[in-house]
Amino acid sequence: MSRKLGRFMNLLEQSRFLLRITRTHDIIRRYFVVNGFDGALTMLGLIIGFLVSGTTGLSVIINVCLGAAIALGVSGVSSAYVSEVAERKRALGKLEDAMITDLRNSAHGEAARGVPLLIALVNGFAPLAISLLILTPLIAANAGFALPVSPLYAAVAIALLLIFLLGVFLGSIAGVSWLRSGIQTLLIAILTAALIYLFASY
Amino acid sequence: MVLVKRLVLDVLKPHQPNALEFSQALAKAGGDYRVCITVLEVDEKTETLKVVVEGDAIDFEAVQSGINDLGGSLHSIDEVEVQSEPQAG
Repeated sequence: MSRKLGRFMNLLEQSRFLLRITRTHDIIRRYFVVNGFDGALTMLGLIIGFLVSGTTGLSVIINVCLGAAIALGVSGVSSAYVSEVAERKRALGKLEDAMITDLRNSAHGEAARGVPLLIALVNGFAPLAISLLILTPLIAANAGFALPVSPLYAAVAIALLLIFLLGVFLGSIAGVSWLRSGIQTLLIAILTAALIYLFASY
Repeated sequence: MVLVKRLVLDVLKPHQPNALEFSQALAKAGGDYRVCITVLEVDEKTETLKVVVEGDAIDFEAVQSGINDLGGSLHSIDEVEVQSEPQAG
């Protein structure tokens, strides 16, 4: 167990080193927020769409939302991987030109291969994890757990909370008021909900 | 047997990893290495360093391999200090 933990810590330390030498910390953070926000808004939109549509079975709603969450996850992984492989290859090529040497076997070469994978995993994981959190009340209700409120409304509340927290996270990065930043992202979510109500009622 | 006690190297490296990480990684190449790095020149993407490595028995191959692993390139060996040890028996 401790050997596995040690290996995991080594991997974590190595990943942090590769992100540091390629200066991609901010890229990975941006991808997390952008795609996490995508996942939360997509789930919010779907659930409000189901609320507006009237009675639909929970299992149908879960399947539709899970389908969208998985698609967002796969899309996040594949799109980020393809674009980041190209970006890292370009950056490595420029560095090799400046160094006038082959860096494929150096830490920079390893970073050019490993960093796109890390970024892709974060980009895919963020919307998938956030979507699954939002779907928790639906899955719990479908499994027979009694909830004090309607699972759809509980899911909407979780989505709004997560969107607010993403705003708080952005505020802390920018060093501005976390409350203001959280309220800003919350307003975007409320605007989205209002637009869905407006257009889906026809 | 001749032991290498001190090396002064001219090294070109990318900005990252920085001089601190670079020196720490080189020091790890041996058990008792003392590494001193001076940044001589900074260009858009690279830095030229004067790397001084001191130890009881420096393994030059290990130091060179450490430099290459971190993306650096050894340009020249500017100073060397070696000491002969009497053979046992």
